[in-house]
Amino acid sequence: MIEYRDVSVLRGGTAILDRVTLRIGKGERVAYLGRSGAGKTTALKVINGLIAPSSGDVVVDGTSIAQHALPELRRRIGYVLQQPALFPHRNVLDNIATVPRLLQWPEERIRAESERLLEQLELPPATFGARFPRMLSGGQQQRVAIARALIAHPEIVLCDEPFSALDPLIRAELQTLFRNATRDRAATTLVFVTHDVREALRIAERVIVFDAGRVVADTPADAFMNHQHPLVRRFVEA
Amino acid sequence: MSELLQLTGQHLLIVAIAVTIAIAAGVPLGTFAHRRRRLGGIALRITDVVQTIPSLAMFGFLIPLPLIGGIGARPAIVALVLYSLLPIVRSTLVGLDRVDANVREAATAMGMTDRQLLWGVELPLATPAIVAGIRIASVTAIGVATIAAAVGGGGLGTLIFRGVSMVDTRLILSGALPAALLAIAADLVLTQVERYFARRRGES
Repeated sequence: MIEYRDVSVLRGGTAILDRVTLRIGKGERVAYLGRSGAGKTTALKVINGLIAPSSGDVVVDGTSIAQHALPELRRRIGYVLQQPALFPHRNVLDNIATVPRLLQWPEERIRAESERLLEQLELPPATFGARFPRMLSGGQQQRVAIARALIAHPEIVLCDEPFSALDPLIRAELQTLFRNATRDRAATTLVFVTHDVREALRIAERVIVFDAGRVVADTPADAFMNHQHPLVRRFVEA
Repeated sequence: MSELLQLTGQHLLIVAIAVTIAIAAGVPLGTFAHRRRRLGGIALRITDVVQTIPSLAMFGFLIPLPLIGGIGARPAIVALVLYSLLPIVRSTLVGLDRVDANVREAATAMGMTDRQLLWGVELPLATPAIVAGIRIASVTAIGVATIAAAVGGGGLGTLIFRGVSMVDTRLILSGALPAALLAIAADLVLTQVERYFARRRGES
């Protein structure tokens, strides 16, 4: 479970996050929706401690983020950025093996789970396993980044606009693959940052709308289209 | 001929020892400069200044110093270490700085400790740049080492200084040409090493 208690993040006098209080339950699939600069990425990065709150507290699994040993906590949290950010000096299988190796899984288990995951993401391991990131297209690289984030069965998966750098056809394909790869993981909490309403509604069951560092709407995905907040109306009508 | 071989061997040995010490000191120093900007900046400034000291003067300065100075191979090696430090420290720093911020963020977000990030990601990705620095340091050191003969350091400079005092151009060339060939050979070999690491790192 993730809990924000009156969380603010200040940068040079301006509040990027402004007294946010939120609760996300275990296994929930949440989208953070907002325009650029709304604070959604910052709201994401306080969960895995990449950004520290200026005031307030973020509580993950009942423990304040300030009390967690961050490397250990982060190994339980999958993370996908807008850029695939694969390790250029490691091949596909070694990239995917990063967190399992930090957790000291046996190599056979890493191999078996990586291959299963690559199959699911439609990157046949026999063809792609030994390739280096430079030999892959942007969409293929992002699939490897997804596999790398999901392999160790994280309790939480954080995604920061993972598909927005891809062209529309590939984006739709990856949204589907991503949904399928995460759907059967009922225990995994998903927080997905996007500025794309359709993407939010495809992937999440709850949509939280950020504006100027605040939560302005928090609604089940199926009620989103009828939500009356003016910013939501603008998203719906765009 | 046997003297030429012996002096060439001596020359290479002095350079090899000096560059090895400079790598052992320079890569950690460059890494430190990357992590601690301000202190690292000072260290870099010092190696910069050292680089501007004319080599003949440097050997002269070292003669009266205890332990590291005096006459012979020891002050020669000390001077070469000092000259080799700058390119290695600087290239290590540049190589580490060039690591993609997204890659670094991904590594941190996956739960790597600082040490795991450094050894598993940053240093492997900086290796081609570090090797480039070692190459520049080696080529420079092979040239500067000819002056080591002035303080009794031996090496190919012995022939050059003897030729100068006897005004014997052939004798000068018999030291200068092999030194130049060594420098070219070192450049070619280390360029290949650099390419090898760049390929492994996934650049080409």
